[in-house]
Amino acid sequence: MQPGLQAYLTVAGILFAIGFFGVLLRKNTLVIYMCLELMLTASTLALVAFSRFYDTMDGALFVFFIITVAAAEVAVGLAIIVALYRRRRTVEVDELNYLKH
Amino acid sequence: MSAFLFYFFSALTILAALLVVLNREAVTSAMCMIVALSGVAVLFVLLQAYFLAVLQIVVYAGAVMVLFLFIIMLLDTTARRIHVTEMNLVFGVAALVALAGGAIWLAHQYPNVTDLPAIQQLPTDQAPLAYATAAKTFGFGLFTRYMLPFQVAGFLLLIAMVGVIVLSKRPMVDGTKPPSGDPLR
Repeated sequence: MQPGLQAYLTVAGILFAIGFFGVLLRKNTLVIYMCLELMLTASTLALVAFSRFYDTMDGALFVFFIITVAAAEVAVGLAIIVALYRRRRTVEVDELNYLKH
Repeated sequence: MSAFLFYFFSALTILAALLVVLNREAVTSAMCMIVALSGVAVLFVLLQAYFLAVLQIVVYAGAVMVLFLFIIMLLDTTARRIHVTEMNLVFGVAALVALAGGAIWLAHQYPNVTDLPAIQQLPTDQAPLAYATAAKTFGFGLFTRYMLPFQVAGFLLLIAMVGVIVLSKRPMVDGTKPPSGDPLR
């Protein structure tokens, strides 16, 4: 059976759910960041599938902007994590609780 | 053949994505992430988005993941047990199942188009830009209809660059050099 639009959307949905699961479950900031990237990638997969099956270029062009924003976000986010590590010597989110006490 | 490739690579992608979440070592997670992103690139090829597949490999699996690996190895965080309380695990799995189920349900609300429409290789000038494989199509779309977002994206990259430089600059107190030694201090 030839995989159709629904098959691609299902894969994209499962990938997004796994990314969300990782953000909820993991405590390491770097892994949380990777899971965020996974969610962004899942959204690009859905956009490309829509764009291909409905024969329009707009979705594929929008993927460009998502990749740009993701690259900028990774650069700034990792700089923040390094700055945090310099000060606190940890990247675990449950040890970053200064505002709590 | 294309159906087999689709099922094989989507299974590989989902498995690698699960391993990203479940691995203890951040480095292993990053390696699995490269596999998952490459799998998505293969799915792009199956959708005949060749240019985006190359971009995915170069930008995501290449640049972004190298940056991730560099930071993981620079910070040298020790692997620790993923200590999850049962409550967290139950909520996490419930969220996973609910979100995946909802996404699958939503995906089945769309009419299932199985036939790929015929594509041109080069862009044509019809009103909604039709799907075409050549990299030229992307340039055509970006420099006509999406000119303003394109400029804004460029400006966003500039802001990100300035932000990263400001963030990673060491604070200098009254002009004296910070003590050297540990590169992270």
